[in-house]
Amino acid sequence: MLSEIVAQYSNDAALTAGSAHTGSSGLLGRDFAKMTNDLIFDLPNTQDPAEFLNTYTDVDSSADNQIKFAHGTTTLGFKYDDGVVICTDSRASQGSVIASQSVKKVIEINPYLLGTMAGGAADCQFWERELGRRCRLYELRNKERISVAAASKLLGNMVYSYKGMGLSMGTMISGWDKMGPSLFYVDNDGTRLRGDLFSVGSGSTFAYGILDSAYDAGLQKNDAIELGRRAIYHAAHRDAFSGGSVRVYHINEDGWEFISLTDFDDLHWDYTDRANRAT
Amino acid sequence: MATSSAKEASFSPYEDNGGTNLAIAGQDYCVIASDTRQSRGYNINTRFAPKTFKLSDKTVLSTAGCQPDGNMVVTRIKQHMESYKHAHNKEMSTPAVGQLLSTMLYMKRFFPYYSFNILGGLDKEGKGCIYSYDAIGSAERVPCLASGSAAALVQPFLDNQVRNCNQVGKPRIMAASPVSHLSLDQAIKITKDAFTSATERDIYTGDNLQIFIVTRDGVEEQVHPLKRD
Repeated sequence: MLSEIVAQYSNDAALTAGSAHTGSSGLLGRDFAKMTNDLIFDLPNTQDPAEFLNTYTDVDSSADNQIKFAHGTTTLGFKYDDGVVICTDSRASQGSVIASQSVKKVIEINPYLLGTMAGGAADCQFWERELGRRCRLYELRNKERISVAAASKLLGNMVYSYKGMGLSMGTMISGWDKMGPSLFYVDNDGTRLRGDLFSVGSGSTFAYGILDSAYDAGLQKNDAIELGRRAIYHAAHRDAFSGGSVRVYHINEDGWEFISLTDFDDLHWDYTDRANRAT
Repeated sequence: MATSSAKEASFSPYEDNGGTNLAIAGQDYCVIASDTRQSRGYNINTRFAPKTFKLSDKTVLSTAGCQPDGNMVVTRIKQHMESYKHAHNKEMSTPAVGQLLSTMLYMKRFFPYYSFNILGGLDKEGKGCIYSYDAIGSAERVPCLASGSAAALVQPFLDNQVRNCNQVGKPRIMAASPVSHLSLDQAIKITKDAFTSATERDIYTGDNLQIFIVTRDGVEEQVHPLKRD
């Protein structure tokens, strides 16, 4: 019975318009699409579609009708003894215009998995949504949750099959599975790294500075959360492409938990007051 | 076999036809508005080319940017909504159309629509509901939004007047909250002010203002004159 349901959603039935699908061969979505002559992504009618796309979307291009995608970010995540802390800013810029100060850069893939968003907003949103769909299918097929390692590998393989096509994505996949807390970095050229601490995006260097100076695996939960928040705060302060508000999530064996969303300005005066009181 | 003398004609499928659109969501209404000027470079093609379209009694879509692309987005969304209606025997909800539009735009990831869309309407609870998009479908629900040629002029005005940003002593509406606290009359006044002001400073905005008001009673359309210079 269950396998029928799975079959219904995992074969060609899912290729109908509107559904996000890159072919059931999974790993080689684009090759599969070509093979079956069923390209779901529309391509411009030029010799080199990627080059065409670059003319209009590259940040350094001087084409007349530039298409500016939402960009720019600071995100961070780190593992410690009690779980994982995930923090992001919330600014999206299109060129020098701030397109939004309220972007949700933490993507809730399922109750045990979080993805973060850096680089192209649409790329991250779309592929992590697709990842969510595949993780659910995995659960139905295998009657157990997918591991973080496997989930991040699914995502890595999906975007790898579009390498050279101009996707822009720097993400951290984190969650809790049989092995405990896990954190992976996955990006658009196929890099996939396991690690304890990552920061991704234009403001990552600033965030690393704060994180490295105070990170300790034995941190208390509150201190760990505060460290993450402060690292994003300092990155947003120094990096023009980061800002808005600071969003914090925490992951433990019960899955992820939303901690806080704090406006950057409120945080700034809060920290300033604390610094003044200390002196 | 291609020879070395083979040349490919330059392919430039995009044109910016200008225009601005705006939306404000309230507790039980949604206002979606756009100007009706359509231009090409420094020439005005027409003074009445509607950019905002009613999709259902609960949903309205507004597009700015390249007119043919915007039109295609509207046509395709309507097709999908029609087939959804026949398949499920009910009208598509605004949040569902919101997700559909996002996916539809992303399907053109490698040949994007040059179209800046705002989707507005009422959600399942009857609250105002606005979705913001970039050209390839990154989506976000917001309480108020401006997009198109005068977006950078109008958005700060909305942030200040609708969300009370940087106003001392007034409760600020977080950008993450789904609706504003304005009454419908206030929202319409702010909409008109935004467009009269944008017309003064943006050459691609003017001629007429088309306002769609979505309430539980359906969609009301108004047209108001703007300056025609």
